[in-house]
Amino acid sequence: MDFNFTDEQTMVRDSLTRMVRENYDTDTRRAAIGSDSGWRPEVWAQLAELGLLGMPFSEEDGGFGGGAVDSMIVMEEFGKGLVVEPFVPTVVCAGGFLKHAGTAAQKEEHIGGIVDGSRIFAFAYAEPRGRFDYADLETTAKKDGGGYVLNGHKAVVIGAPWATHLVVTARTSGGQRDSDGISVFVVDKSSAGVVTRDYPTVDGRRASEVYFENVAVPAEALIGEEGKALPLIEVVTDEAIAAQCAEVCGAMKVAHAMTVDYSRQRKQFGVPIGSFQVLQHRMVDMYTEYEQSVSMTYLATLKLGESEVERKLAVSAAKVRIGQAAHHIGQEAIQIHGGMGMTDELAIGHYFKRLTVFDAEFGNVDHHMKRHVALASG
Amino acid sequence: MNLEFTPEELAFRDEVRSFIAENYPKDLSSGGMRDDMSPEELTAWHKILGKKGWSTPAWPEQYGGTGWTPTQRYIWSEENARVNAIMPLPFGVSMVGPVIYTFGSEEQKQQHLPGIRSGDVWWCQGYSEPGAGSDLASLTTTAVRDGDHYVINGQKTWTTLAQHADWGFFLCRTDPDAAKPQEGISFILIDMNTPGIEVKPIKLIDGGYEVNETWLTDVRVPVENLVGEENKGWTYAKFLLAHERSGIAGVARSKRGVEQLRDIAKSEQLDGKPLMSDFDFARKVSQLEIDLSALEITELRTLAGEQAGKGPGPESSILKIKGTEIQQRLTELTLEAVGHYGTPYYAGMSDMGSNEYPIGPDYAQHSAATYFNMRKTSIYGGSNEIQRNIITKMILGL
Repeated sequence: MDFNFTDEQTMVRDSLTRMVRENYDTDTRRAAIGSDSGWRPEVWAQLAELGLLGMPFSEEDGGFGGGAVDSMIVMEEFGKGLVVEPFVPTVVCAGGFLKHAGTAAQKEEHIGGIVDGSRIFAFAYAEPRGRFDYADLETTAKKDGGGYVLNGHKAVVIGAPWATHLVVTARTSGGQRDSDGISVFVVDKSSAGVVTRDYPTVDGRRASEVYFENVAVPAEALIGEEGKALPLIEVVTDEAIAAQCAEVCGAMKVAHAMTVDYSRQRKQFGVPIGSFQVLQHRMVDMYTEYEQSVSMTYLATLKLGESEVERKLAVSAAKVRIGQAAHHIGQEAIQIHGGMGMTDELAIGHYFKRLTVFDAEFGNVDHHMKRHVALASG
Repeated sequence: MNLEFTPEELAFRDEVRSFIAENYPKDLSSGGMRDDMSPEELTAWHKILGKKGWSTPAWPEQYGGTGWTPTQRYIWSEENARVNAIMPLPFGVSMVGPVIYTFGSEEQKQQHLPGIRSGDVWWCQGYSEPGAGSDLASLTTTAVRDGDHYVINGQKTWTTLAQHADWGFFLCRTDPDAAKPQEGISFILIDMNTPGIEVKPIKLIDGGYEVNETWLTDVRVPVENLVGEENKGWTYAKFLLAHERSGIAGVARSKRGVEQLRDIAKSEQLDGKPLMSDFDFARKVSQLEIDLSALEITELRTLAGEQAGKGPGPESSILKIKGTEIQQRLTELTLEAVGHYGTPYYAGMSDMGSNEYPIGPDYAQHSAATYFNMRKTSIYGGSNEIQRNIITKMILGL
């Protein structure tokens, strides 16, 4: 057993801590998310320079041969600063599909651009009616000559306004909700028939509704085997969940620290409110929830390479536990900050909002509880 | 014991129901946030009720109350909640109004009560200060006597909807040397157009501007605007807070919210079936309804006590705690029900020029903002921690 990071991992972490501190103080972030584009390409370029965008790819694919633990370290630091740049959609999701199922030609075409920061992806998987079921798809991809024609509507595609490319799930055969017949495609966002409607999200990111109107894609756009993509989607989204659990741990850690700090400074009845035992115990509970969440993040991250059942059990357990902890810590942080916690001016509200949105990404607490129950009792 | 309404109460309910059906403005949007609404929209129903004589049902009849029993008032709020009515704001009707008719001078009653009843005068509350939230007695805004005026200096915060206010009621320190912090505070009515008042909106986490910081710099207020006796303001403030708390359970509105939540969960799909048919989700809705029933009966018991002449006591803290917890849980579950469509920031879209048509289902649009906004309910009006302290001291005697 070893919960230590390697020297190299510690170095990455330290340089990221610095980078986030320098680029992601509250005012700078507020200005960035309020700008027209809502993000900072120069920060993205900096991440590329640090080698982070190529981290999970093997060296032969042009990357740096990092693993899930490295992604975890990166994401936790991102969470501390509420970084909005699309690392998960581009590196973890699109990168994951390419890594696990991309052909040599597909890797050749896309990975270089991801590593140098020129190619940015969004992952279009959710649909208005599908809730959290990756197989519940109305989007279709019909064979047409040598290629496919895509039609459908993808909901709340995080990072799509910044993306050059989309990874899209679509049904190539079978009935709605069949686990067979699902395929994954890489689509150039500038393809004819891709219509996007961009908007900000409550937690300071940007997203789009993406409509595919007879979008013709070549056969080479298909990643993996036609109709057999569901297990692949589950692998990639489990990796994304593990990464986001780490992000949320970072955000919870800061939210808790801010709350403790505020309780030391804020005086009522002539004493700091942190001297009230009822609040002390509640901050202890928050801390406990945070530590348990870190443990679950380790578990999920370290089980990503295990058997399908082990992986899913660990990831769902983490998503359930951290989903609950994120709500608890977010709500308590606002309550202990009192009226000040309700203001946009203080950073704590922004952490609260990120902690809230996390639950609905890649399946909420109920969804993953069901998956856990099904696997644990099956 | 009997939970049923009497025939008279049922007849009253029918009368109220048809009055609302005939008179509630059809074009008044009520699903959104208060912040989205114009002052005219916010007061439209108040003004209609003012003409009917129903805007201040809880007041004594001599000041324009309806003479309704607490049960009738309960029916009244239920019927309004059924249509999501935008009710008169509490600052005039339930806060300063009762203080004025109970402790104010004859002139104050004549000057201010008609405008509160009609909805023509907009009031705001100047209680909290940056250093005096839950510990309200530590407030530092001063009112210094200068001839026939008070000169007021200080800073207030969380002044709800003060951007539209004509008048405000303020707690000010008139005797800085008083033995206890609760003493030496006065309750003063201030015309918000008086020179020296600056109101600055505070942006909240839901993106709206509901509350303000209010600065008072050498604001000269006639001494006639003092309510009751100088340095006795704490008594009136406590009286007001007890009134504020008695309506705070929000049972009728939460019941309506549960119905809306059920409707949403019938529209949302899970595995091709309505979300509402999912046991895990349905169990949470039932839990909420069960908690709400307990709160409702507790409130009815409190009302019955009031009807029997027992004023709202520390038991109202139970209503505040459970009422706000249920409101928060309701908005949390509603956000959960809408799935991915809780994520778009609708208030931010107008800035981006993309507000041609809504994203996702209509019912999803305010779900996140409402959830964020409702976190305030366990903080304001005496935080729930303070309410628990009240129960500790006043009921448990600890």
